[in-house]
Amino acid sequence: MTAGIATTLVMEARGLVKRYGHVTALDDADFELRAAEILAVIGDNGAGKSTLIKALSGALVPDAGEIRLDGSVVHFRTPMDARRAGIETVYQDLAVAPALSIAENLYLGREVRRPGVLGSVFRMLDKKRMREDSTEHMRDLRIEIGSMGQAVETLSGGQRQGVAVARSAAFARHVVIMDEPTAALGVKQSSMVLDLIRRVRDRGLSVVLISHDMPHVFEIADRIHVARLGKRIAVLNPKKISMSDTVALMTGALTPDEVAPDALA
Amino acid sequence: MSAIPRFARDHNRVLGALGKVGPLIALLAACVFFATRSDRFLTGDNLSIVLQQVMVVGVIAIGQTLVILTAGVDLSCGTVMALGAIVMTKLAAELGVSVPLAIVVGVGATTGFGLLNGLLVTRINLPPFIVTLGTLNIAFAITQLYSNAQTVTDLPDAMNALGGTFHVGGTTVVYGVVVMLALYALTAFVLRETAAGRHVYAVGNNPEAARLTGIATPRVILAVYVLAGVLYGIAALLSVARTGVGDPNAGQTENLDAITAVVLGGTSLFGGRGTVLGSLVGALIVGVFRNGLTLMGVSSVYQILITGILVILAVATDQLSRRGAR
Repeated sequence: MTAGIATTLVMEARGLVKRYGHVTALDDADFELRAAEILAVIGDNGAGKSTLIKALSGALVPDAGEIRLDGSVVHFRTPMDARRAGIETVYQDLAVAPALSIAENLYLGREVRRPGVLGSVFRMLDKKRMREDSTEHMRDLRIEIGSMGQAVETLSGGQRQGVAVARSAAFARHVVIMDEPTAALGVKQSSMVLDLIRRVRDRGLSVVLISHDMPHVFEIADRIHVARLGKRIAVLNPKKISMSDTVALMTGALTPDEVAPDALA
Repeated sequence: MSAIPRFARDHNRVLGALGKVGPLIALLAACVFFATRSDRFLTGDNLSIVLQQVMVVGVIAIGQTLVILTAGVDLSCGTVMALGAIVMTKLAAELGVSVPLAIVVGVGATTGFGLLNGLLVTRINLPPFIVTLGTLNIAFAITQLYSNAQTVTDLPDAMNALGGTFHVGGTTVVYGVVVMLALYALTAFVLRETAAGRHVYAVGNNPEAARLTGIATPRVILAVYVLAGVLYGIAALLSVARTGVGDPNAGQTENLDAITAVVLGGTSLFGGRGTVLGSLVGALIVGVFRNGLTLMGVSSVYQILITGILVILAVATDQLSRRGAR
């Protein structure tokens, strides 16, 4: 299958540059994300992967280069800009408010008000609707949690991450970016979150997964974006390349020319 | 596929529920205790006196609750209230300003202090404890200087209007108490039923998560301090109406009593947990103990001692329930 012809790009970036003083974190980096795929972004420390992700999620503004979403150029100045454009980010440190309920966390910052005067004048929240919609949404993603009125702190770490992922999936229109979503989790909870990430993709969203965990990356990624020294050095097909060769590419022990052509995606 | 086990951590729920009804049980227990010790305690007139005694600290405690919910604390609340009381009484009694305008300027002064607290906390990122310790002293000094440390007397009648009473089935009720209860109902509604209210909890519970979901965290915190300032101004008006004078030394006990009421009411000093109605219960607990012990003829020093013990018990419960929630 040749890239670029039949596949539509949801998001792409060309020639991204970001300098911090003498340090060049992004050095003419490219990025391509296809529709409904899980793209893993890997790289050694200092490879520029977190800078890349920050540029894509609006957390920083690149010095040069352009980002396109669904074909048109976008300029994100804040994470809110990216979010309004339909890109949601799940942060590794479980960004939920533990004392608030699951429904409240799902709708935090985007609360639904009651119809009519109660909502417009008295600003009353439609708690019932938010709770019902949350229940339905969590059921769609097959996250099994008793009641949406339950405080998030009563959940396990995996379930909490489930809430964070569900929130992103609920509001993202194009892309969900996940920064080390399994880093804080045990084996069983990690596999649950990986299942969840697959389901998010199966609903038609594109997922960018930043991870250090090679077995996880190989388990769920459709393609692997390898960042090195501020550039994208290769995009790999995980079915055609070994984990050790991937790590070798990442660390520079192997160059992209030395990889079998069909391993490149 | 049921990859996720259902966690039924019942003991957390029990602790959480206890945190909600615990203060109410304590209040009822105190009432029962004092009723057995003094025949006068459970009379309508005595309970009306408790409410009157509680109304000033009760309104201050609303502002304090909002601040503590954001994981802050406002040590300046009582002295800022005293400043508001002096400003409004001086203007009305000595400078011939009309009563409504004097009240507006007085509330403006306390609101200004709330704004100052909020700006220092949000713009310069100073710890609320230190900021309000500073403004406590500043407000106190301004109050003393402006009043020459003299009590302002001979107030126009309209100034004391909220100290007026009406009767419900033979029991005297002060208008100010109605104002306090209305403010509690309003605040409880906003905190529970509106997005702004839920954002106060989110900001106190996990400021980073709140920010990442797009909540303007500094704006929420600033608004809370400003609103607290407005409430201290209303408390000042109630204090003036209750005592009939502008007292530059008012608010000294209220300063810590307000924090005591909030903590006794089950609101966590770590932010993000608690209810404003709990603070009303907390204020009533303090009021009932003061009143009941006085009826029993116990020295006021022991009242202070018991209040101190209650606060430590309440904070310890909060800390232990947090540990349980981990």
